[in-house]
Amino acid sequence: MSDIQNKLKEVIQNNNVVLFMKGTPQAPQCGFSARVVKILDSYQVPFQGIDVLADNNIREGVKQYSNWPTLPQLFVKGEFVGGCDIVSELHQNGELKDILAKVK
Amino acid sequence: MFNPQRIQQTIQATLPLAQVQVVDLVGDNNHFEVTVIAKEFEGKSMVAQHQMINEIFRPYLNSGELHALSLKTYTPQKWEQRNSI
Repeated sequence: MSDIQNKLKEVIQNNNVVLFMKGTPQAPQCGFSARVVKILDSYQVPFQGIDVLADNNIREGVKQYSNWPTLPQLFVKGEFVGGCDIVSELHQNGELKDILAKVK
Repeated sequence: MFNPQRIQQTIQATLPLAQVQVVDLVGDNNHFEVTVIAKEFEGKSMVAQHQMINEIFRPYLNSGELHALSLKTYTPQKWEQRNSI
């Protein structure tokens, strides 16, 4: 495994909730990232936001890590939950509440 | 060039019994919202369900023939639940 993959693994395993996104939680640079931040905020769950625009190695590395082609990407307890479409759907159908209950 | 009918046929070539609904979001044959209801999704996480569909389109996404798919996936049971709310 390359350095970047090891580094990503460490961040994802050591934080309960990690969002790889474009921009920061305070200033998202993409509508899809902003939507996921808004959803997470509605559960009042603290999360680690990582701005992939600040580092192209992270941007490409996380896509490889999850085998998922787009950003944002949400990880909870070390597991890849999904991108904007999936997080929105899980928010609507109530499953996200159960997923995030694990970290409260 | 893709159109809604070809999207549906491409999915059903792999998942013959899947129900597929396709919406051309902006009318340019390039941004599609695709809803797939398939028994094959049972027991799989939503990420795994989307991966199955993305895998079918990977060659076209990689070549740029298709820009992006916005996906919604349901097992027949989830679909029924969703529509009974």
